[in-house]
Amino acid sequence: MEFMLLFNQPADVLEQRRDDPDAAEYWESWRRYMHEIYGAGVVKSGNALESPYLATTVRVRDGKRQVHDGPFADTKELLGGYLVIDVASLDDALRWAALSPSSQTGSTEVRPVSARLDEE
Amino acid sequence: MPAPPDHDPHAVAERVARESYGRLLSHLALRWRDVSAAEDALSEAFAAALATWPAAGVPQRPEAWLATVGRRKLADQMRGLAIRHRLDLEAFEAVEAVAPPDEPASDDRLRLMLVCAHPAIDASVRPALILQVVLGLDVKQMASAFLTAPDTLNKRLVRAKAKIKATRMRFEEPGPAALAERLHVLLEAIYAAYFIGSEGSLVDGDQHDTLGKDAVYLARLVATLLPHRAEALGFHALLLFSEARRAARTDARGDFVPLLEQEVSRWDGEMMRTAYELLATAAALEQPGPFQLEAAIHGAHCYRARSGEVPWREIALLYRSLVATHPTTGAIVGMAIAAARAASDPSAGLAILGELAPDVVRTYQPYWTARAHLLAEAGRLTESILAWEQALGLTTHPRLRRHLLRQLEAARDQTH
Repeated sequence: MEFMLLFNQPADVLEQRRDDPDAAEYWESWRRYMHEIYGAGVVKSGNALESPYLATTVRVRDGKRQVHDGPFADTKELLGGYLVIDVASLDDALRWAALSPSSQTGSTEVRPVSARLDEE
Repeated sequence: MPAPPDHDPHAVAERVARESYGRLLSHLALRWRDVSAAEDALSEAFAAALATWPAAGVPQRPEAWLATVGRRKLADQMRGLAIRHRLDLEAFEAVEAVAPPDEPASDDRLRLMLVCAHPAIDASVRPALILQVVLGLDVKQMASAFLTAPDTLNKRLVRAKAKIKATRMRFEEPGPAALAERLHVLLEAIYAAYFIGSEGSLVDGDQHDTLGKDAVYLARLVATLLPHRAEALGFHALLLFSEARRAARTDARGDFVPLLEQEVSRWDGEMMRTAYELLATAAALEQPGPFQLEAAIHGAHCYRARSGEVPWREIALLYRSLVATHPTTGAIVGMAIAAARAASDPSAGLAILGELAPDVVRTYQPYWTARAHLLAEAGRLTESILAWEQALGLTTHPRLRRHLLRQLEAARDQTH
């Protein structure tokens, strides 16, 4: 079954990863993780996301479009990327989540991808 | 802008910088939709001017010279980037081929300002961003007025420019319907800069209010670039009405004088006349909007200079129209005062104030000042003293504090 792994990271980690010269180790940890998970053949799709400060949030209220700078909420951890993986059970998904570098500094959310639309 | 002949290259470079900075920057920024790269290229062009003009003489058209050199510097920068990132050099050459050499800088300031006022740009950074791209103000000049550490302000500006570039925001002028909305956001940002400037001048004196004057310059610029948008004209009128009263806002001791106690002889008649004319031109365009209404309210207050009386009934009606479409807390507080004065009944105003949600007004000083006045007029002196104390607690500006303290003491004296 399919799960989405959402890689949440502290805002400062996401901010620094681009221009920090010490970020080599950070990128290496992600490269290793991606190498392993793609090598296992479980990845369906996924992407890294640009920094949260490049995000824009849209709401429509009373038929009027509201556009705001920034991600949807000011939280300590922000979404930095995601993968959709196809594994046998939640336990397998949790094992992959624990291996992610984001679990070291932030958190990794594991959510089943809804299959309802396909089944109906 | 053709500069008159001048033999001092430094003076010419400085004058061109002040007069045409925004024109040159927007011209360069539009080529690659990259504001930071354009800023770098333009500062290199100015450096080149200072290095070559003293020996070679000031060129006939300094602005065109700077535009050409700036374009070349920008192209070098972009070519370097394209090679480093192994991008398609053909696509690069296609963009570069668009401009014929030595074409005078086109005036794209409006487009650049509208990009800076994009709703996807952090609202708190828009005023500083616009001041920077149009007038070339640097972070140090702005940070103290914006009560922000220079590093923090710089970071926000860098991010805003990075977002413009990374998300490929459109530099095209929006269509008529979208333009009205974007123009409103742009004018709000300029208004914020003006407000920050005049707030600051309460702390350290009007001579330091360059930000306020820069905002008035921007208001005139937008009105000049959009002569058929009534809100642009109305906004320019609004700032002129406010500027006309600048000298009267402080007394001989440097203390704050509220609008209704100002000596009308110290208002600037010429500025008010220009503002009335702008407002009349705007009205003829038949595009009503909040800035025109706000300007009309200021204009009505300025009418006291002619008649000696404040036309409260008209002001109350104008506020009602404003609140109907733009019910901001400030407008509702203004409406409350006007309604009370128009009806000669403070309870009419207190009823309007009473409808505002407590958590909205808790930290809003004008609400407490208005409430204190109306309560005192209604003879509810004890409550009025409490409201003055609230207003005082929310004010840090020394001049405003002195004014509020005097009001509070007067209210206390009355109860004894």
